[in-house]
Amino acid sequence: MQINGARMVIEALIAEGVDTVFGYPGGAIMNVYDEIYKQDGFIHILNRHEQASIHAAEGYSKASGKVGVAMITSGPGFTNAVTGLADAYMDSIPLVVISGQVPMSLIGTDGFQEIDAIGISRPCTKHNYLVTDASDLARVLKEAFYIASSGRPGPVHVDIPKDVTAQIAEFNYDIKLNLETYKPHTKGNPRQIKKVMEAIAKAKRPLFYLGGGIINANAAYEVRDLVHKTAIPAVETFMARGVLSFDDNLLIGMLGMHGSYAANMAMSETDLVIGLGVRFDDRVTGKLSEFAKNADVIHVDIDPASISKLVNADYPIVGDVKNVVNDMLGQVSKIDADSYETWRNTINNFAQLHPLAYHEDSERLKPQWVIERVGQTLGDNANISTDVGQHQMWTAQFYPFSRPRQFISSGGLGTMGFGFPAALGVKVASPDKTSINFTGDGSILMNCQELMTAVEAKIPVINIILNNNFLGMVRQWQTLFYDKRHSETDLSVQPDFVKLAEAFGGVGYRVTTKEEFDAALKDAVEKNIVAFIEVIVHRMENVMPMVPAGGSLFNMMLLEKKETKNG
Amino acid sequence: MDENKQRRVVSVIVVNEASVLSRITNLFSGRGYNITSLTVAPIPDSKYSRLTIVTSGSVRVIEQITKQLHKLIPVLRVYEHADLVEKEMAMVKFPISENLSDINTLCEAYNGKIVNVGENVIIAMVADEPKRVEHFLGAIKRYNPKEIVRSGAVALER
Repeated sequence: MQINGARMVIEALIAEGVDTVFGYPGGAIMNVYDEIYKQDGFIHILNRHEQASIHAAEGYSKASGKVGVAMITSGPGFTNAVTGLADAYMDSIPLVVISGQVPMSLIGTDGFQEIDAIGISRPCTKHNYLVTDASDLARVLKEAFYIASSGRPGPVHVDIPKDVTAQIAEFNYDIKLNLETYKPHTKGNPRQIKKVMEAIAKAKRPLFYLGGGIINANAAYEVRDLVHKTAIPAVETFMARGVLSFDDNLLIGMLGMHGSYAANMAMSETDLVIGLGVRFDDRVTGKLSEFAKNADVIHVDIDPASISKLVNADYPIVGDVKNVVNDMLGQVSKIDADSYETWRNTINNFAQLHPLAYHEDSERLKPQWVIERVGQTLGDNANISTDVGQHQMWTAQFYPFSRPRQFISSGGLGTMGFGFPAALGVKVASPDKTSINFTGDGSILMNCQELMTAVEAKIPVINIILNNNFLGMVRQWQTLFYDKRHSETDLSVQPDFVKLAEAFGGVGYRVTTKEEFDAALKDAVEKNIVAFIEVIVHRMENVMPMVPAGGSLFNMMLLEKKETKNG
Repeated sequence: MDENKQRRVVSVIVVNEASVLSRITNLFSGRGYNITSLTVAPIPDSKYSRLTIVTSGSVRVIEQITKQLHKLIPVLRVYEHADLVEKEMAMVKFPISENLSDINTLCEAYNGKIVNVGENVIIAMVADEPKRVEHFLGAIKRYNPKEIVRSGAVALER
């Protein structure tokens, strides 16, 4: 079939089963947008900033498990998108991002809206392409989708000059890929798996260390099976929230900088770490030389470069965590679940000693209460996105996550402004669930223009702004480590968030009491349009417990004991 | 070089396509790895090129370098050499007023010779193990070399 390059992009997206594209048009990508106008194979959602398009595609991908697709123009369109690419790269989210480029004849001449896009995206994508001939487009796009979604997933960027989208050439998408240099290793070594099961059977205090790779591999239910059959306690990373259900007896909690005391103590006391789809991030491990000091380490990951990068693996297994866990399940009879009884009791004692908790306050709402309350009200019926900061950690700590892909947040890059556009993508992917974005008064302003997208495309995301008039997490560090010098973190000067939402055609609420919050949430869910619920919360609340940066997991700053409400 | 840092020669077979070299060098700069030298040329009758990279680092860093290189999509193979034959070439420009027979004798001791004679300068070349090339460059200092160029090492596993 002889068609132009722009039409090829459309045909390829439809052939890949893409139903939604997030994007923003501009000069160099106009040929493709002309073809978008003429087609009805997928819907296009017009974000109001290219960064938001990428985050929306990320949210869509994380909620659905499919490849997210975004489309942007050259120059500033592309540079605006870079934060999103970097975010997706750090969190291993499969995306295909298509950007326009100036015509080939202008490349290298500092043309209008020209930038070396693949030069910039190289360190923040899994792979990238500059397409110089329309006859390469079918192969490139097919490779892009395959590379994005296979192995350790990640964003792939395809840069297409304007004359290439105009060029007419033969198009055939029904081609077989031949990537001699890219063959992800998905099957775990059987001999190594046997050794691992023997090591687990011998261990006295084994501990599952569950990571976001489990969610990427769609392996959460297999992992639940393995945890239950072995009765070995488990800790989750921030990225793994929802792998086990919040009410699972074997789930100790989240570990790391703001993990629970019991989870961090368990990691410090274990004699065998069973790491599944994890990468030993510094926010998880604290001081490396003290991390799981008494333990041998099993590390299962699809990415060989993750293994023994930071912590030496005594039992490395390269493979898809779903395959490996299934193989482990096949030999699970070797393990005597009763043998870990003492260990489980030890951990329960840790949990009782310092449970995850906060103190109620008679003056102002506590942010943790708001999150718990949404959990009680909506629970499993909501997908939860967050921005970045204190509210993000409180959400990870206090929301009752019950399933994988319920929690969508920027873990690796820590991108403020991620939450709202991501929640739009989540709602598109999962329209039957309420899409909540927990955000802060700092983060929400970084992509609040997405109110317009939400109103136009009728995507009813509920943003719950936990307003403490501070850039809270930085303020917390300043309070604790910079002798209370709150440099540039006081956000007392603020917009009227209610009017802001209303100005775009959304609905806004400002609440200061529990009753008002309940009423606002109920109303927002019923109204079914984009909402801001601004909750005035305690200004100086800190995220606790906490491992100071570079400290050991067992040396936590703990919540001061008072009359507590358990979380 | 501190104690636990060791010199290593890594060969990388890559698809010979646009911007593949910058993928490799970006990886080294982005992750703070060291490049002592880097050579690259196409492999005859194939779509691949071979890079020879001399680098240094601790055992863990070297392991990461090979793994991260392998992770790049256009990389076919990465060899971290243990037992290898290694050669490097150097060319040196001398004033013609220097003692040419001395220079020629020195070059011959290092698999080289005088390869060009001009009105004011001569050019000599040697090809030997990198360590020996260094010795040669030390020895010829007294003949007032005007310009020195080294190729970087190439290597083959024994």
